[in-house]
Amino acid sequence: MATVVARDELRKLQATWHERPGLKAFLTTVDHKSIGRRYLVTASLFFVAAGVEALALRTQLAVPDAGAIGPKAYNQLFSMHGVTMIFLFVTPFLSGFGNFIVPLQIGARDMAFPRMNALSYWTYLASGVFIYSSFLVGEAPNDGWFNYTPLAEKAFTPGLNIDYYNLGLLFLAISSTVGSINFIVTILKLRAPGMSLNRIPLFCWGILAQAFSLVFALPALSAANIFLELQRRFGFHFFDHSHGGDPLLWQHLFWIFGHPDVYIIFLPAIGIVSSVVPVFARRSLVAHDWLVLATVATAFLGFGVWVHHMFATGLPNVTFAFFAATSVIIAIPSGVQVFGWIATILKGHPVIRSPMLYVLGFLVVFVVGGVTGVMFAAIPFDQQVTDSYFVVAHFHYVLFGGAVFPIFAGIHYWYPKLVGRMLDERLATWSFWLFFVGFNLTFFPMHVTGLLGMPRRIYTYHPGLGWDTLNLLSTIGAFTLAVGILGTMGNVLRSARRGEPAPDDPWGANTLEWATSSPPPHFNFASIPVVRSQDPNWDVEDRREDRRRLARAELTLSEGHETIGTSWLDGDIEEIHESPPESPWPLVLTLALAWFFTAFLTGHWVLAAIGIGLTTAAVGGWNLREPGEE
Amino acid sequence: MRFWVTESGNAAPVRRVALVGGVVVLAGCADEQSTLRPESDAARSVATMWWVMLVASAIVVGVVTLLVLLTLLKRRGRRDRVDRTDSPGATTAVLVSGAIVPAVVLVALFVYVLASLGATSQPSGGTAFPIEVVGKQWFWAVRYPEQHIATANEIHVPVGVPVEVVAVTDDVIHSFWVPRLNRKIDMIPGRRNRLRIEADRAGVYRGQCAEFCGLQHANMAFYVIAQSRRDFERWVEREQQTPQRGAPGERVFVDTGCGGCHTIRGVSNGTIGPDLTHVGSRTTLAAGTIPNRKGYLGGWILDPQHVKPGNKMPGLPLSGRDLQELLDYLESLR
Repeated sequence: MATVVARDELRKLQATWHERPGLKAFLTTVDHKSIGRRYLVTASLFFVAAGVEALALRTQLAVPDAGAIGPKAYNQLFSMHGVTMIFLFVTPFLSGFGNFIVPLQIGARDMAFPRMNALSYWTYLASGVFIYSSFLVGEAPNDGWFNYTPLAEKAFTPGLNIDYYNLGLLFLAISSTVGSINFIVTILKLRAPGMSLNRIPLFCWGILAQAFSLVFALPALSAANIFLELQRRFGFHFFDHSHGGDPLLWQHLFWIFGHPDVYIIFLPAIGIVSSVVPVFARRSLVAHDWLVLATVATAFLGFGVWVHHMFATGLPNVTFAFFAATSVIIAIPSGVQVFGWIATILKGHPVIRSPMLYVLGFLVVFVVGGVTGVMFAAIPFDQQVTDSYFVVAHFHYVLFGGAVFPIFAGIHYWYPKLVGRMLDERLATWSFWLFFVGFNLTFFPMHVTGLLGMPRRIYTYHPGLGWDTLNLLSTIGAFTLAVGILGTMGNVLRSARRGEPAPDDPWGANTLEWATSSPPPHFNFASIPVVRSQDPNWDVEDRREDRRRLARAELTLSEGHETIGTSWLDGDIEEIHESPPESPWPLVLTLALAWFFTAFLTGHWVLAAIGIGLTTAAVGGWNLREPGEE
Repeated sequence: MRFWVTESGNAAPVRRVALVGGVVVLAGCADEQSTLRPESDAARSVATMWWVMLVASAIVVGVVTLLVLLTLLKRRGRRDRVDRTDSPGATTAVLVSGAIVPAVVLVALFVYVLASLGATSQPSGGTAFPIEVVGKQWFWAVRYPEQHIATANEIHVPVGVPVEVVAVTDDVIHSFWVPRLNRKIDMIPGRRNRLRIEADRAGVYRGQCAEFCGLQHANMAFYVIAQSRRDFERWVEREQQTPQRGAPGERVFVDTGCGGCHTIRGVSNGTIGPDLTHVGSRTTLAAGTIPNRKGYLGGWILDPQHVKPGNKMPGLPLSGRDLQELLDYLESLR
């Protein structure tokens, strides 16, 4: 009798949540898992683009006075490398994990606003294509990812380069803002019954802290983009000293966004580390609550350090001292986290598989980036080495070490859940070692190159300044690293077809994404799981109880697109949250926005005005009917 | 491969030796621009700070690496067994090693930093004379307001005398950086930033623009040439002289319109390009891009866009004779 009920419930859920495969479903889906996969695939393509750009740069710098690529191409390539890695790869890739994993980890059936979720993906894709289309006209952004004025003003960069930058980032800001709000509401309101605030998985904490940071940091960047575009297009003077503006305004606005952005990149990444460590240490996290606190503290403190990017601008020492103090303080939460992870592994009994290899590699390189980061709080030292290769070394240790290493850990950890097959462990191990050695060979010598006085962002250098051998080493390292990354990519592609089928929970993991099948069904969980600890998937009896509840048709919500809404603090059941089905409007709205931005870029003001009309109409169409009625 | 016979005390012989040796390549000794070979109190205090921080950092990285390696020695776990016990002892250890110990070290570092600020701070008096350095895309205009000298890309200073560099810009943001003498200072529109330069020893110190400033940011170098006080005064005297008039090359210079961009005192007063009044006495051209020798200079005049793409100088299709006369003339401007 029980199994009949269960089968019946499953059939109803299947019927409600099923999306008939085809072009229509492809364009209208709001399933967080499809959207998550799309984020991951799209961001991977941008990662490849950024990697190719990096290899071009390293080829040019391999030997002094090289002529592989000229200054015009070089400046576009290094600018786009930064823009791509930061805006189009790391953040969206982590959003991809967030999209796929967060609802599963908190036991929900979808994001809080599935159609907004689709919108955030489509706008990300469109803005990425928009920015990259600049290469077609040979005018890609070329003033670096922080795009200082007055260099970025029309007088000094007359092409469309910076217009692509401003408009592309504004377009992307829509995606990030919508996505962040969605993550915040999802994590605060859609958790499984019993998942009180202190039981939220650390990866979700990372995403939550990131989302809050983005919502508060992004307006500064958007304001700067709008000011600069007004100045370039309509003769405003925000940054123009000769008319009472100030070029430093750009730097303040940019870094008020830019430094929190470091943590926006970093917080979800270390969330991955906190996910992987207990699973492979076979132990609950040591100092769990402190790690949560450290995550939140980092997000807050991240807003108070931006002037350390400006120590060479000649502002007063009193100002510098304040920001040096905050820059020193922010090292402490990271210290707690690093030792928290190490203590967990040392107290546990580690199982060394590929995700853990990347985590152990991360620990070492991240600490190197951490100590050089503290050095930038030492004002005179910062003033000496800022804008040299020492900085390039440092931020690659922090961002590549601190975010891309964890991302690769995440790829190896979640691949079975995403694809339903296992990666090849041997190939993964080989790829890791190439990745680890290549990374260090590329970026460690740059510390020395910088100390020997090599400025960053130069397309060529003369021989004999002591930089030649070091640069050659970095180039060799870059290609080694590329081979390691190709190894992982090959593994990912090959295993999708030939990998061993993955069980629901190949690792014996502690979080709820492993409590459902690999890959999960459209409705994620047949009966919404009920949580009673920080490691719910280790509560074997609770998970059995979930299956019994399914047989009793409890918490199955099989009548419609539904999931449970809970209280934000204690995770008590509050309501049944209705979740809209697939919809064409996110894509339509994105196309309208793309129309507007393209018309604005090319200076067709009438068409731009029509674009605003289309956008308004799309928002209207979207809201014409309630989700349930469609 | 030493371009400069550094620390010999006298710039003029330096140049002669280099030229006579015939080894003038655009390369210096390996540490010409190194932060780790300081030649002033300011640069030394930064270098010392680096070594102190390096030792502390090496300890931190060493400990963490050791602990990570230690985890590899642990008995391996099993999939079906997990440890879910609370461990207050381990939590305390995490807080001590991750928060308390770092806090103590970081406070010490902060105090050390505050105490060291003076050495590299912007000067407020106490310097012998100012030198105004103007960053331009992509070279450095140099003015000595008290000595009434204008030059470019080479800054002469007397040894052991603190001078004040006033760093300004004519266009975008640049950054003035001579690592062996002091930290860098940005040149920002609307601001007059200051930096103290005082070289302990005679020698040639390479500097380079450190803030991305566009197409030719890479080719925006300069040299600080520290000389004994007597040599410096001799250099000042020579720079103050107006070149002799009437050379055949001067006519080529004027007729070709070079004066629209370049100043040669008494001949022209353009300000777009570098002042050429004493260009013959300089060691490099185009802000450290090529050596100042006749062959290079000729190539530069005919096709500067090949040498330094994007710079503001147009190529000049001069006849062989005109070019020869112009080169002779420019070389004579010492």
